[in-house]
Amino acid sequence: MAKGAFKGGIHPPDRKAATAGSPVEWMPVPSRLVLPMSQHLGAPCAPIVEVGQHVSRGEVIGSVDAFVSAPVHSPVDGEVTAIAPCLTAAGSRVTAVTIKPDAEQDLGSFLRVEADDPKSAVRAAGVVGMGGATFPTTVKLSPPADTPVNTVILNGCECEPFLTCDHRLMLETPSRVIDGAQKIAELIGASRIVICVEDNKQDAIEALRAAAPGTVEVRALPTRYPQGAEKQLIWAILAKEVPHGKLPAATGALVHNVATAAAIADAIDTGKPLTERIVTVTGAVKRPGNYRVLLGTLISDLIEHAGGTVGEVGRIIAGGPMTGPALASLDVPVAKGTSGIVVLTPQEASPLVEDDQACIRCGRCSEACPMFLQPYAIGNYSARQDWNGAGRFNPLDCIECGCCSFVCPTKRPLVQLIRIAKAAALTKGVKP
Amino acid sequence: MSPEMTAERKPVVTGSPQISSTTTCSGIMLWVVIALAPAAVWACISMGLPAIRMFALAAGSTLITEGAWNAIAKKRQTLTDGSALVTGVLLAMSMPPMTPWWITVAAGFIAIALGKMIFGGLGFNLFNPALVGRAFVLVSWAGVMASAPGRGWFKTLDIAATGGYDAITGATRLAVAAADRAAGGAYGFDLAAQYQPLLWRNLEGSLGEVSAALLILGGMVLLFKGIIDWRIPAGYIGAMGLLSWAFGSDPIFNIIAGGVLLGAFFMATDYVSSPMAKNARLAYGIGCGVLNAVGRFYGSMPEATTFAILFMNGIAPLLDRVFRPRVFGWVKRNG
Ligand code: SF4
Ligand code: SF4
Repeated sequence: MAKGAFKGGIHPPDRKAATAGSPVEWMPVPSRLVLPMSQHLGAPCAPIVEVGQHVSRGEVIGSVDAFVSAPVHSPVDGEVTAIAPCLTAAGSRVTAVTIKPDAEQDLGSFLRVEADDPKSAVRAAGVVGMGGATFPTTVKLSPPADTPVNTVILNGCECEPFLTCDHRLMLETPSRVIDGAQKIAELIGASRIVICVEDNKQDAIEALRAAAPGTVEVRALPTRYPQGAEKQLIWAILAKEVPHGKLPAATGALVHNVATAAAIADAIDTGKPLTERIVTVTGAVKRPGNYRVLLGTLISDLIEHAGGTVGEVGRIIAGGPMTGPALASLDVPVAKGTSGIVVLTPQEASPLVEDDQACIRCGRCSEACPMFLQPYAIGNYSARQDWNGAGRFNPLDCIECGCCSFVCPTKRPLVQLIRIAKAAALTKGVKP
Repeated sequence: MSPEMTAERKPVVTGSPQISSTTTCSGIMLWVVIALAPAAVWACISMGLPAIRMFALAAGSTLITEGAWNAIAKKRQTLTDGSALVTGVLLAMSMPPMTPWWITVAAGFIAIALGKMIFGGLGFNLFNPALVGRAFVLVSWAGVMASAPGRGWFKTLDIAATGGYDAITGATRLAVAAADRAAGGAYGFDLAAQYQPLLWRNLEGSLGEVSAALLILGGMVLLFKGIIDWRIPAGYIGAMGLLSWAFGSDPIFNIIAGGVLLGAFFMATDYVSSPMAKNARLAYGIGCGVLNAVGRFYGSMPEATTFAILFMNGIAPLLDRVFRPRVFGWVKRNG
């Protein structure tokens, strides 16, 4: 198979037109910020500030002494008003520091992170995977010594429908992205840099090409979901499959999101901690757009800034509609991995069907699965709670891209069923 | 909208993905009916009232059986998924128009009751319901079915003189061809001369045999809409043609005569009773074609489509196991 075309996948309606042309604009400082101590995969931070304490923009407010973790910084000058559990977009409860911003703010300045070397700077800046995975970046920058990485792949595919935050980032500040890619390559000793963009973002591709030195490849990839999934992206560039149970580095490649690369560049060049990010607010809102949002901004405030919702609301999603969770409450903060807020009308949202809608064995899910699984089989066994049966169909290889559920004509909740089977396989030790 | 309002409205919380394709089960079934429509309507025009009555009886029987079953078993009503209608239409097209009405009604009842509902409804049946219904009446009332004539009659053929034609009541072109072959070509039945009537207007045989061209058109619609996988009809028709040729007959005649096209495009492609893995589908299609050809040339019945597909339905799960695709990231298939 030709490079650039992974097998499987789907073409969901892309819905990006509403915000693809909207330049990134700052959202004004809201009246309070709620900063969860866990905005990353790994060990949660402990607050290191106290209620009543005044903090500065860029000051560390939460940290932990664990390798797989990332510190949290205050995005503003302000006063800590509470340290209490809060709800996150994913629906869990974590400790959070609430900060009331001062009336006067200078978002142009910040406390620089102190670090002796570039990798420590990335860690001190609290950089995590900003495409949604939120894996602490430093960990990815430290691959095991026995798996040399030659290729840095930057993921600018943004294959999720609706989202345009990465698109605008690449278009408006291509040099930051390229700078970040070069920094990553230096840190891990890679010789090849490839920035991947789906071919529905020609302007971003041109901007990157214009700014890129000869050593940086900018590749236009076919627009197909999930083109930006790590394993599919590596396949597109290197025609190598990440072996089951191995890290992607086993293929000699490392994938980072473009926004992560920009954050890495900021951390190393200017000592800037990760305190804000671009969030696409779109769907049924009055002023869809790409907003630069301080971390900790409540999604309710963000939606209000975007003019509020329009018409009847079916579901509000944090992130893209293929992988993002629907929000139970809007009083949850924007975190490091929040790439978008998508307001779906009831008609746009996937229908909720009765549980007894059977599989008609059409095979669409298998055809769409980029991991070549048989989602129907895992789903059917999982629905019967037959974990051994489900385990025989490799649930642990599922990347939870959502293609199978998307294409199913009887709207079976395949991804949910597979998630349950995965959990069962892990806890009950069912061998794939 | 304020967040308070949302709290009141209780936003729906679901796992990802939050959007889904517009393809639905009933939508797919509707397309199958649309694809069958040209051939079905042309059958009604060409054969007249008996054909119309056949559609009404068959579809009425399948729909009423399914509705009644759900009502009696106190199950969620499933008539709107469209599958009972498809079964009814397919069943009608597999029957000669002059079939006694009670046989059609019985076939519809058996198709749904024993072909589908008893397994647990759509999705759980091993065999194609329409073929189960047809097979049941073929076996139960073999004599009646064999003599149930088409609408045309083979009067154009002057082979009665040789003594063969009389023996074939309600003969179809397929039956005449078989008799001719058995007689070592004594009747001089010219297969190539049958292309035109078989393609456009053939009144000998069942409703689905009226126009091969319109069946192909319907098959193309399903392929184009991505509803069926080309591997099944291609394997089926390819194997049928190749074997017909190998057995010394005319491949084109053997593809367009009888139930091969209806079987290859509309019956063997039934989702529930066919395999899902790509290579399994190809193998299954080829298997259908091989069995159909062998049945036609060496079996007792010239029309072997029904049993060929039913047999392959039975081994479809096995084919899926044998041809299970390799998982991404695995060197070999893991068992
Ligand atoms: S089974 Fe997993 S990997 Fe395959 S399509 Fe479904 S969610 Fe994606
Ligand atoms: S897409 Fe849905 S109906 Fe089709 S095989 Fe998969 S689970 Fe079954």
